Amino acid sequence: MNTIAEEKVLIKCYHCDSICEEEIITHDDKPFCCVGCKTVYEILQENGLCTYYDLNENAGVSLKAGHLAGKYEFLADPQIEKQLLDFKSENQARVTFFIPSVHCSSCVWLLENFNKIKAGVLTARLNFIKKELFVSYDPSRVSLKEIVELLATLGYAPLFNLESADKPQKSNKEQHRLLLRIGVTGFCFGNIMLLSFPEYFKLDLQNAIDASYQKFFLYLNFLLALPVFFFGASDYLKGAFISLKENWKGTTRVLSVDIPIAMGISALFIRSTYETFVNHTSGYWDSLTGLVLFLLVGKWLQQVTYGYLSFEHDYKSYFPLAVRVKEQGFKNVAELQPSEVIEIHHQELIPADSLLLSEEALIDYSFVTGESAPVEARRGDRIFAGGRQLGSKIDLRVEKQVSRSYLTELWNNETFRKDKASRTSDFANLFSRYFTYAAIGIAALTGLYWHFHNPDLVWVTVTAVLMVACPCALTLAMPFAMNAAMSLLGKNRFFVKNQNVIQLLTEVNAIAFDKTGTLTEGKSGNVKFTDGELSEEDKRLVKAVTSSSVHPLSRLIAAHLGKYASEVAVSRFKEIKGEGIEAVAGGRHIRLGNSVFLDMPHVPKESGQVLVEIDGEYKGRFSVKSKFRNGWEAVLKKLSRRHILALISGDNSRDRKMLAPYFLEKNMHFDLKPQDKLNFIKNNQEAGTKVLMIGDGLNDAGALRQAHVGVALSEDINAFSPACDVILDAREFNRIDEFIGFSRTAMNIVVAAFALSVLYNIVGISLAVSGHLSPLYAAVFMPLSSISVVLFATGCTYLFAKLKNLI
Amino acid sequence: MTMGVIILLVILALVIAGGFLVSFFWATKEGQFDDTYTPSVRILFDDEQPSPPAE
Repeated sequence: MNTIAEEKVLIKCYHCDSICEEEIITHDDKPFCCVGCKTVYEILQENGLCTYYDLNENAGVSLKAGHLAGKYEFLADPQIEKQLLDFKSENQARVTFFIPSVHCSSCVWLLENFNKIKAGVLTARLNFIKKELFVSYDPSRVSLKEIVELLATLGYAPLFNLESADKPQKSNKEQHRLLLRIGVTGFCFGNIMLLSFPEYFKLDLQNAIDASYQKFFLYLNFLLALPVFFFGASDYLKGAFISLKENWKGTTRVLSVDIPIAMGISALFIRSTYETFVNHTSGYWDSLTGLVLFLLVGKWLQQVTYGYLSFEHDYKSYFPLAVRVKEQGFKNVAELQPSEVIEIHHQELIPADSLLLSEEALIDYSFVTGESAPVEARRGDRIFAGGRQLGSKIDLRVEKQVSRSYLTELWNNETFRKDKASRTSDFANLFSRYFTYAAIGIAALTGLYWHFHNPDLVWVTVTAVLMVACPCALTLAMPFAMNAAMSLLGKNRFFVKNQNVIQLLTEVNAIAFDKTGTLTEGKSGNVKFTDGELSEEDKRLVKAVTSSSVHPLSRLIAAHLGKYASEVAVSRFKEIKGEGIEAVAGGRHIRLGNSVFLDMPHVPKESGQVLVEIDGEYKGRFSVKSKFRNGWEAVLKKLSRRHILALISGDNSRDRKMLAPYFLEKNMHFDLKPQDKLNFIKNNQEAGTKVLMIGDGLNDAGALRQAHVGVALSEDINAFSPACDVILDAREFNRIDEFIGFSRTAMNIVVAAFALSVLYNIVGISLAVSGHLSPLYAAVFMPLSSISVVLFATGCTYLFAKLKNLI
Repeated sequence: MTMGVIILLVILALVIAGGFLVSFFWATKEGQFDDTYTPSVRILFDDEQPSPPAE
């Protein structure tokens, strides 16, 4: 393939920046790689929107793969339309699209100027992070289908699937509440700081005027601290209460981290109230509010996720939204009833278990079962939901509803019912238990000591110990370090669902791999021509013939011969399922297929072999092997040093020999059903191993969900991937050991930060025990320790990322 | 008691700051912090420009 560069200077498409390989269309003195790209340019030019190209060079989305005809037919159906729209009245309708291909500022500009391209569109507004476009339009002037078709023509095809109709009211309420808490706490903190200054600069309490001011400031501080304690910190107090209650009832033995925090906050509040109203001396109001503010900011960081990635897909986002029902038009897939007859076209997904009514079908189950070769079916055969039809249109009679099909049954497994997020890491639990006991122990000992030496100091010292022992710095180190690690990993296209996953990653000691689509590249194969030679002319002819077939082997060969122009007329094309194809191209008779088809018994019949015969003369054969990902051997070798490796594949065992050096015999399993994969993980977990599962297809969904950490490998991170904890861009597959290694580093940094803050705590506690923790000391010491621990954690994470070449 | 004006000023300051707090509440509920990226791109676009002559 690297010969292209020698043949001609690389010409890049003016619209989408891809290299013009097959053809170059020149329009307006600008090169385009395909008709689609040129069309977009023309549309933009007509509407005076070429600023698009000024903002970012080659901003467009490649349109090579696009065939739009009929794809959005279902949007014309009023029932479907109604399910998609957010709102509709006589002269206004509103709709939200998810547009995965949004990628740069030009996209924002063009999409928000969409009303200039399409008359009838009133406004269009894009949320870049979530890749959502909100469109309002006049339904009397333009239809939903027209809008979507134009968007797709421009390269911004909205994504529709069964989930789109559900319109989940994704509420930002939780996020809003946290923001409000931060706002209120910040407001109170700032004002309390200001009002505490006079006290620190020693008011003269003998002076009557000073004394009255002091009281005014004190009471004002108290008033300002109330919302912080009861609103800002309420989650911690509630969390601690619930955790205590559960421990009391014996349902859990885990003390949540909220308990020491709530202890500290309550101690601060009670002690300060006492100081204010009994002693009329300044309390620890600034320390209290500052602490809560830091904690809330840490919590906010913890919630940061990748807004545009969804880690919670179920089968619904894999299935299409609508399907053609015979004599009824389009229908929402979820509403399909048994015995209805549906029509499925080439490359369309079969939405429900059904019987084949047409003569024959070729179904690609690779995403569902992991089988790499498509399966042939004959009239009357049962076809499972999730397969993809290759070839001509077929009719099917639905047997079961979508939610009851063989594939979706997997989602009824209990694994999917329990909330995976509730698994907290061992580390934090262990820590909070010891910390809580230690804090209470020290406080008790201090109280006991002073009880015998100076009973006046008992109250003062005990509260001071509880106040200063609040694991503020500790609880901050984690979110800050993890947030840094998360964004660094994200830059390397390893997207973790949340911070917790990084901790879980470090605990993993076994890794299970899927084969098809994970170790191998999903769609492509290694094509080699052996046993002869093909001339340039021959290659052109073969390309022309294979291009006319939809059989996956033909597709691979056609792609392999991609650079040969295919403007050769093909006639008398004939395809015999499971055997081969024959046709006349360029006046010559071409036959491609297996040895039976070509009647050459001396060539052994092997899967993935295509023999070539031109005008009755045997020319040689193509052999197509599953193509393993770049560097897969090296990465397996590296991972095997620390982890037990296992292979759980839904495919047959034809690659067993090749994989044998990397997996133990007992850990290699083929021909597994989705449920088997899940059970494999489950059995290993019951034996005490923490398994990380790497997979890509729907057949891995159960295993991914069950695993300690589920990593979904994805060629296109915006496309569907099953529910998981991590989405890994397939291009970075061979670096997975680095990513696991880095999460371990991040965890070590957190431990170091913990050690640092324990040091701070020791200093603070010794001050408290001896009764020297004045409000001023506390006001300086507590934020200082928090900030330095945060800086340490964040700084170290970036430093190590640099050392490990992640940035 | 001329210094008493401080009390008045502190209360006044709190009321004004409280006003901003209320507007922060409003902005949050309005969803102004839901998308913190797109507006930063949007503001750089020129509003309306004459269609550039075909090159």
